[in-house]
Amino acid sequence: MNGLAPRPLTRWIIGGVVGLLFALPLVSTLLFTLQDGDGYTFARWAGLFDPAKAAVLKPIWTGLGNSLLLALVTVLIVLLILAPTMILVSLRFPALRRSFEFLVLLPITIPAIVLVVGLAPIYQQIGRTLGTGAWTLAFAYGITVLPFAYRSIQASIDAVDLRTLSEAARSLGAGWFTVVTRVLAPNLRPGLLAASLISVAVVLGEFTIASLLNRQVLQTGLVVVNKIDAYASAMFTLMALAFAFALLLVIGRAGRSQPGKNRS
Amino acid sequence: MTSPRALPRTSENLLLAAAGEGSRAEFRGVVKDYGAHRVLHGVDLDVAPGEFVSLLGPSGCGKTTALRVLAGLEQATEGTVHLGGRDVSRVPTNKRDIGMVFQSYSLFPHLRALENTAFGLRRRGVGHAEARRRAGDALDLVGLGHVADRYAHQLSGGQQQRVALARALVTEPRILLLDEPLSALDAKVRAQLRDEIRRIQLRLGITTVFVTHDQEEALAVSDRIAVMDAGRIEQIGTPEDLYLRPATPQVAAFIGLSSLVPAEVVGGMARLWGHALPVQVPASDGPVDVFLRPENLRLVGDDQPGIGAVVHESTFLGSFRRTVLRTDDGYLVRVQHAASEHVDFGDTVRIAVTPAPVAVRPHRSEYDDDLDG
Repeated sequence: MNGLAPRPLTRWIIGGVVGLLFALPLVSTLLFTLQDGDGYTFARWAGLFDPAKAAVLKPIWTGLGNSLLLALVTVLIVLLILAPTMILVSLRFPALRRSFEFLVLLPITIPAIVLVVGLAPIYQQIGRTLGTGAWTLAFAYGITVLPFAYRSIQASIDAVDLRTLSEAARSLGAGWFTVVTRVLAPNLRPGLLAASLISVAVVLGEFTIASLLNRQVLQTGLVVVNKIDAYASAMFTLMALAFAFALLLVIGRAGRSQPGKNRS
Repeated sequence: MTSPRALPRTSENLLLAAAGEGSRAEFRGVVKDYGAHRVLHGVDLDVAPGEFVSLLGPSGCGKTTALRVLAGLEQATEGTVHLGGRDVSRVPTNKRDIGMVFQSYSLFPHLRALENTAFGLRRRGVGHAEARRRAGDALDLVGLGHVADRYAHQLSGGQQQRVALARALVTEPRILLLDEPLSALDAKVRAQLRDEIRRIQLRLGITTVFVTHDQEEALAVSDRIAVMDAGRIEQIGTPEDLYLRPATPQVAAFIGLSSLVPAEVVGGMARLWGHALPVQVPASDGPVDVFLRPENLRLVGDDQPGIGAVVHESTFLGSFRRTVLRTDDGYLVRVQHAASEHVDFGDTVRIAVTPAPVAVRPHRSEYDDDLDG
């Protein structure tokens, strides 16, 4: 331990204050959904699955379905386009790594509202050719998740000697497809998994682009329902947060507990 | 050398018996450029079936590049490479039927030792059970049958390179390529594995090209050594040839542990400290530098011809001592002598040159007189 680390007591105080800051709105929201006059009840939570409320909640269920499909396509874009490109850059064009990294990190510096201005005419064209399905948003999200996905995959690439592994596999008779699927992908698994989960989290959290391009996803559904039934919207928000929290836990675990880890 | 076919029928020996005879490997005028920088200047090399040839040279001499061209990991700019009489210059690595062991640890981290070893067999369409059985035999061959279930990070460096060797051999490739496989290991393991590679190679009869910068390694295991310098092969020959009859000063400097001392060639003999020494490569009369190996020099009594010297440093090496001396005319030389001839720092002694042929090079005024070389 170095001299700069705070003492345990200080750490607990800092952790407590920060935790309280985050917990306060969440607990308030939870109490809000449970409150019934002076007491508390789970009736509203049970009511989510009440057929009588189905019409009110329809935008959320539709949005949820769209969001999940959208998340899937976005993950596919990350795994099938970004990851192979990164492998290609690190094996064949290492000189391009710097400019590639700059390009990929660029979306983080551009506000979503600005992005939409550019995306709107493109999505008019996409609407004409591929239809107006919510899944087409994956093209935009594929861009916005680039910086996050890139970071996690690159960390894995840096931890593995890609060149030697691929040359060894090639010398043993493996073609490039086999090299990537049988040798590189399993060893980049923590990074690929983390990138996928982060992409899901981004897709489930993005509102501006979806709203301004008039696509129905979970987040826009929540806003619509919020105007009719504030309780339902609050409950779904809590569930979405719990899901995102679980995802983060899984991401944290993905980096550890690997059979091939700790090579020395 | 024992013939593998005369051995008892153990699983290891069956693997040996199944091994091929080895293929001929040839470089024909191979040139390799990286942009404007030429790293191979027309390399010609013919490796006979079953032969163990080392590419030896300092770092940056092009030896690894030559091996990578043979493996198909680099494309030759000009010239061709042939395996088993066929031009494979345009054949991709995975179709060349080679086995390769790399300098850095190259086991697949996500696979166990046995699965690593079976990888090449599976790529060749060998069934799961059959591949596992043959991989197990190959691990037995390198003495690692008991670690088949371990991952790379559970193996020592030496064990990892052994598994890599088993993995390279199990497919019975036409040629075994070794790219400094021992350089990451500590000295004792290095010597053991070096001898083991040679033992297995002799029994399998597989053609082998071994890249190393360590002359001792190359001298110990090779049928022939190709000494490379600055992208060219300086000399190809048996270890004895290179040691006793170096064709060029570069080879003389690189093989053995030489000290350089200026001398004068008169009538084809090098005159040094009252001796007339035959030169290995004919040299015209004039000033030269003589390569003196530790075993060329001996300590002698005061009445004999030779030169006086002061002990600079003396190292006990078990059966002999190696002593660094500064001669009275000011040159640092190494002498190898019996451990019983004890000398200490500051002692004055007398040394003489044994009348064996010596290597010489044209005299240079400035000295790259590093005694570590």
